[in-house]
Amino acid sequence: MNSDASTASTMTPPLRTARNGEALSLADVPLMTMDNFRRAVLNACSAEVRLAALTVLPGLEAGRILLAVLADDRRRLLGLLCAAVPLDNRYPALTPDLVQAQGFEREILEEHGILPEGHPWPKPLRRHSDLEGGSHAPRGPDPYPFFRVEGPGIHEVAVGPVHAGIIEPGHFRFQCHGETVLHPEIQLGYQHRGAEALLLRSQPARRLAIAETIAGDTSVGHALAYSMALEALAGAAPPRQAEVLRGIALELERLANHVGDLGALCNDVGYLPGASWFGRLRGEFLNLSLEICGSRFGRGLVIPGGVRFDLPSAVRDSFLVRLNAADVDLLHIADVVFQTPAVVSRFEGTGVVTAALAETLGLVGVAARASGCDRDVRRDHPVGIFRQTSIEPAAASSGGVMARAQIRRREAEFSIAFVREQVAALPDGARSVALAGARPHALAVVLVEGWRGEIVHVAATDDMGRLVTYKVVDPSFHNWLGLAMAMRGGQISDFPLCNKSFNLSYAGHDL
Amino acid sequence: MRRLWERLRQGYRTIDFPEGHTDLPPRFRGRPVLDPSRCHAGCRLCADACPTAAIKTEPLRLDLGACLFCPACSETCGEGAITSTNDFRLAARTRRDLVLSGSEMRLASALDRKLLKIFGRSLKLRQVSAGGCNACEADLNVTGTVVFDIGRFGIQFVASPRHADGIVATGPVTTNMALALRETYAAVAEPKLVIASGACAISGGPFAGSPLCAGGIPADIPVDLYLPGCPPHPVSILDGLLRLLGRIE
Repeated sequence: MNSDASTASTMTPPLRTARNGEALSLADVPLMTMDNFRRAVLNACSAEVRLAALTVLPGLEAGRILLAVLADDRRRLLGLLCAAVPLDNRYPALTPDLVQAQGFEREILEEHGILPEGHPWPKPLRRHSDLEGGSHAPRGPDPYPFFRVEGPGIHEVAVGPVHAGIIEPGHFRFQCHGETVLHPEIQLGYQHRGAEALLLRSQPARRLAIAETIAGDTSVGHALAYSMALEALAGAAPPRQAEVLRGIALELERLANHVGDLGALCNDVGYLPGASWFGRLRGEFLNLSLEICGSRFGRGLVIPGGVRFDLPSAVRDSFLVRLNAADVDLLHIADVVFQTPAVVSRFEGTGVVTAALAETLGLVGVAARASGCDRDVRRDHPVGIFRQTSIEPAAASSGGVMARAQIRRREAEFSIAFVREQVAALPDGARSVALAGARPHALAVVLVEGWRGEIVHVAATDDMGRLVTYKVVDPSFHNWLGLAMAMRGGQISDFPLCNKSFNLSYAGHDL
Repeated sequence: MRRLWERLRQGYRTIDFPEGHTDLPPRFRGRPVLDPSRCHAGCRLCADACPTAAIKTEPLRLDLGACLFCPACSETCGEGAITSTNDFRLAARTRRDLVLSGSEMRLASALDRKLLKIFGRSLKLRQVSAGGCNACEADLNVTGTVVFDIGRFGIQFVASPRHADGIVATGPVTTNMALALRETYAAVAEPKLVIASGACAISGGPFAGSPLCAGGIPADIPVDLYLPGCPPHPVSILDGLLRLLGRIE
């Protein structure tokens, strides 16, 4: 790994390479012309490099700049590219040549009023002009032009925003021919709370609370990314004990969610014993988080500079006993579930996303690995405890519900082993360090492998070291389109199963 | 055969609630206890540390409706004027009852006799997430697992407001969900109940002050039961609902 621009021949120069969790001076990121920027992004992304983030920052002088964060997973590098936004607030869209950019460019239009010219589908991403009373003027005659299929026998099924279960809101439009779904469009934004803007104008304690609630089931993941961003800007490193406890908390979060999802998948195919057993087992992992920090969701543990709580040696033995019991349960339950013909036959062949499609859409996390895209931030861009841990990401290739379920099972097994090992070797010492003020005109990019996949936080400061940009990319942002594509050619009755196999965050997408 | 064996191995997992002893770990942050006699004049450390401005000083007050149950206030106060207990009983019937000033709290009382006759033995609820981050939703969901088994009390979450006796709202009520929340509420037949679950639904929580959120359930939807927390623990939810139904006094 090298942060020297001159050796970064693997990605097209002039681009600034960086390590995960490193803060750069904004002046060190070369400002390119829009043409060169576009060419450089497209070139890099044609060679196993992904677009991890695309956003707008205030420039060092007047005007705004477009920032692309590229992730080169094989060479374990991040690349940063900047271009000045033209004065007429238009630029040639990347999306026609790089589908991964579609959501980012819709966001740039919606939040910053910068038009990516030639974007095939520049419709709203989160804002609902009809519900917001015109504060966001519709761009065209229809505030949200749904994708429609027309012809004899075609019918449309609309679902949501309020759904039947205890879940978050979103609106789905299924274009169907008979029983076959040709395409389901997923319209989001109902959960849009304005989290990024609110974070910027809040005091520090509130900022952490907002980070923890960006996606409630990923409280640790987002709190960790936020804390790492602040540490990078302040040039601080958390103590060793904090790094270990952060890793333990992140993996407990992964365990609770993966195991819960396996139960929910059982429920959606009507295999209720699996649903009950996994549902109960999920709680065991939440309760281990509760034991450490007083919150089932790991809230209050991760703070900028370190962690708030330790795991006293007096309780480590009972912690490990509970973890081992959960390990045995996972083994037994998963064995029964994955050998139940009713489950297997329903999981297999449903909701397939091919490797090529996953690559095109820029999927991350469980969904990407299930389709054979070998990417995991913990191995590819390691920070903290993951620098000293050998990670072999779970792999599958069939790309369907079964693959996504199996990835969860394997990752859960890995996480238990990881937590066991880390608890047994938990170092003592300080839990946190005090942070100095953030550096002025600095830019920090942080990646965390949350349980769903890659979380990206981008933070930038002004001349006084105050935050001026805070951009959050939840893994759901990349993956919602993957769910829609997985449903093509399936049936509406496959939707709950497909949906649960991705289990994406509405709030995390809508922020 | 293996399935049967696994079923036996899994055993009986439902907690003995409310009769049994529900013990949450010592670090669980339940109801805070205030001791204003320990405050120094002019000290605002706890209020300044609070992420949601839930604390007022002189005299010391803590609004459980805005509280995220984070450790910020208790770790900042060197005098022990605010300490956390692991008491999970937190539900209240009025907004005012959520504002603590000492070590006592007026917990939720039961519905009146007429409503108890209607809802006491069967309460069907429709959940609406209006900007909830999925933590409140997740811990409402687990009340249906074998561990908490809310069904044994005659309470069930249903798929349609037309089947429901009330709604449980979560989230700070985003602009984009306000209409759906109102319509869902309107679709429930009278008499109906409204339960606000979590700091966001009660006060906006961490999202209070966002121009894209209403700061919790709007005034035209009257709330019958407040469940504070971020998110409320499943046992706190059970406790609140059973108090409302007069099963716990």
